Amino acid sequence: MKGIHKEFPGVVALDGVDLKLEEGKVLALLGENGAGKSTLMKILSGSYQPDGGDIYLYGKKVEIKNVNHARSLGISIIYQELSLSPNMTVAENIFAMREPARFGLINDKELNRQAKTLLDELEIDISPSKPVNELSISNQQLVEIAKALSMQPKIIIMDEPTSALSSKETELLFKIIRKLKHKGNSVIYISHRMEEIFEISDSISVLRDGKYIGTVETANTDPDELIVMMVGREMNQFYPQKEFTFVKDEKLLEVKNYTKKGYYHDVNLFVRPGEILGLYGLMGSGRTEIARGIFGMLKKDSGQMFIRGREVHVDSSISAIKHKIAFVTEDRKHEGLVLTASVYENVTFANLHKVLNAIKLISHKKEADITKEHVDHLRIKTPNIYQMVNNLSGGNQQKIVLSKWFEIEPEILILDEPTRGIDIGAKYEIYKLMIDLAKKGVGIILISSELPEVLNMSDRLLIVKDRRIVTELDPKRTTPEEIMMHITGRRGES
Amino acid sequence: MKNYGGVLLALVGLVILFSFLSPNFLNANNILTVFSQVSIIAILAFGMTFVLMIGEIDLSVGSILALCGLVLGVMLYSGFNEWIAIAATLLTGALAGLFNGIVSARFSIPTFIVTVATMGIFRGIGYAVTDAKPIQIDNPVILFIGNQKLFGVLPVPVLIVFFLLILFHVILAKTTFGRRAKMMGGNRLAAEYAGVNTKTMKMKIFVVSGIAAAISGILMASRLYSAQPNAAGGYELDAIAAAVLGGTSLTGGYGTVLGTFIGALIMGVINNGMNLIGMPYFYQQIVKGLIIIIAVYIDVRNKQRMLGK
Repeated sequence: MKGIHKEFPGVVALDGVDLKLEEGKVLALLGENGAGKSTLMKILSGSYQPDGGDIYLYGKKVEIKNVNHARSLGISIIYQELSLSPNMTVAENIFAMREPARFGLINDKELNRQAKTLLDELEIDISPSKPVNELSISNQQLVEIAKALSMQPKIIIMDEPTSALSSKETELLFKIIRKLKHKGNSVIYISHRMEEIFEISDSISVLRDGKYIGTVETANTDPDELIVMMVGREMNQFYPQKEFTFVKDEKLLEVKNYTKKGYYHDVNLFVRPGEILGLYGLMGSGRTEIARGIFGMLKKDSGQMFIRGREVHVDSSISAIKHKIAFVTEDRKHEGLVLTASVYENVTFANLHKVLNAIKLISHKKEADITKEHVDHLRIKTPNIYQMVNNLSGGNQQKIVLSKWFEIEPEILILDEPTRGIDIGAKYEIYKLMIDLAKKGVGIILISSELPEVLNMSDRLLIVKDRRIVTELDPKRTTPEEIMMHITGRRGES
Repeated sequence: MKNYGGVLLALVGLVILFSFLSPNFLNANNILTVFSQVSIIAILAFGMTFVLMIGEIDLSVGSILALCGLVLGVMLYSGFNEWIAIAATLLTGALAGLFNGIVSARFSIPTFIVTVATMGIFRGIGYAVTDAKPIQIDNPVILFIGNQKLFGVLPVPVLIVFFLLILFHVILAKTTFGRRAKMMGGNRLAAEYAGVNTKTMKMKIFVVSGIAAAISGILMASRLYSAQPNAAGGYELDAIAAAVLGGTSLTGGYGTVLGTFIGALIMGVINNGMNLIGMPYFYQQIVKGLIIIIAVYIDVRNKQRMLGK
């Protein structure tokens, strides 16, 4: 791809980007959110048309007209978001639109047989006749990969393929990628995870702000160099230092024996003012459900909650907000933001009373002032406060969610995967914000599936497994091995 | 104003078209007539804007309108003071809307289904109570509302529409209620997390729609000098069309009362213009149907453009 240029209303998404993919090689594509990786890949796979630049395939100039055309050229893309039909079986999904048929009737037996062969070849252990909605998210992701590979592509684009995969499944994916390489196929691999990129790629191309920065051989580079290329400045530390564990030795929030059958059981935890309490567990362990329980969205059956020693009843988000509990949810697109609304409407949403004038009408001036304050303070990159949040990058969207919750002046802040899918620069800013809030006496509950994040950011660490809190660890002393032991349940004692 | 560019242009275009086709179209009298004719649909559509805004639909407004007209007629016929009768009529509309809202919110039934059902129920109640006969209205106050002109020029219905235009606009654009409705339509789950009681909101929104239908019912009874049990059949679709023409999203999260008003005016101008040039009624139906398709197409296209596809 040479000199690719693409504009969206008001934004230049790609500005003369070059990309070279060699046969039988894995090229990692690296860049912060909003750098233009996804746009570039959508052009290559035919979803978007470039406004300028050329694409060459085996030295021949091609014009990729649409997704089907890209497929016929041997280019296949696996998206970050799943694109499977939930009610259809694995086999039906893999061969959607290409089912083996006779007289227009689908031959189910043959369909399942072909799917089985493919899955076996990939060593994916999933029954082809199972409906997709009965599979775990990670297995759905594997089906997605199988689907892309079933088209026998020469070039496979993988956009954050491991975001829903466990380490074991990631290993499987890497095995598949290596096999593909061996067969002479080429892979473009997009990921935020440095370790993965170093493990699997042959070379790395970096984009920043829609511009092509450069390509390096994986063997001749290190994470520090890549980060400088990505963010355009040196980053000394991934995690800012928090120099205190709490600001006051009292229990700001305490829950006792919180239980909702089937969701969370017998949860006991407390957080002090200024403390960051880490909650670590695998996907599906119940960590998010515990957070929803505390926030009143998944109402407890039994148990008690105390704020500063006084019992409170939080049975809905409304009462949670009243008690100054804020909840930055894991899924910002579905639970955090109104994507079709503007930046300012999202920022003021959780505390509209603050922007009312004397006659109880919304004062636009107040809204605008408050929003601009957040935009400046959190360095939210947006053309203006009237921009629809759908058009902003993940990191900036997350900052808007944070702004919204800051508006209720929270005393207790629950952060569920606050840095998922955001780039390193924005991550660091969010960590710093957490510490600033803690300094002011906010108690923070940090849920994360990134082990380094909870280990570096939390003052105390609770391990969640099977919808229960199984143990408390000191994040300064514990090791990843000890934690894995607890969550896999391979403990010697008890 | 740039939000209304498209619809305003369409309105101006239609006005120019009809003023060429019919010499009577562009005189002051006819324009006021258009406004008066449009008033009933416009008010229904104001209520509908709120409903569509939260991503719901209210197909029962035509039936609520008719039922409310009958309540007014019966009350007046029974000798109640006109103000008490008006209050009872508004209350009827509010309760009918509340019924829609409660049934949908409590039993988690889509409002499309609930209001298709109550469309029949409310209409049926009207027929049953009046034995399907119209009720004549001769109360001077009520007749004044629909038929008189203030200072000899400004028709009262037009004043009412403009008053409600401002009122509903302020509610939607400037109150926490309106903002929450918009945000809830954009993403219900995010609204719940942000502390919106979405079930209560739904009930309130349907009450607004019911009250709007009641006001339209009073106006219509006045203009027809009678309450008709079969009044306003199909008006729900006109109201939806007006709102969508005016830029309100059918899937929720976006819309303005002013836009809806312009949408209603477009419908009114087309109706009036087609009558003036003597187009047969059946063809008018076809034209209106096509307009609805165009309006929905515009909605779909806008959505795609907004989401950057």
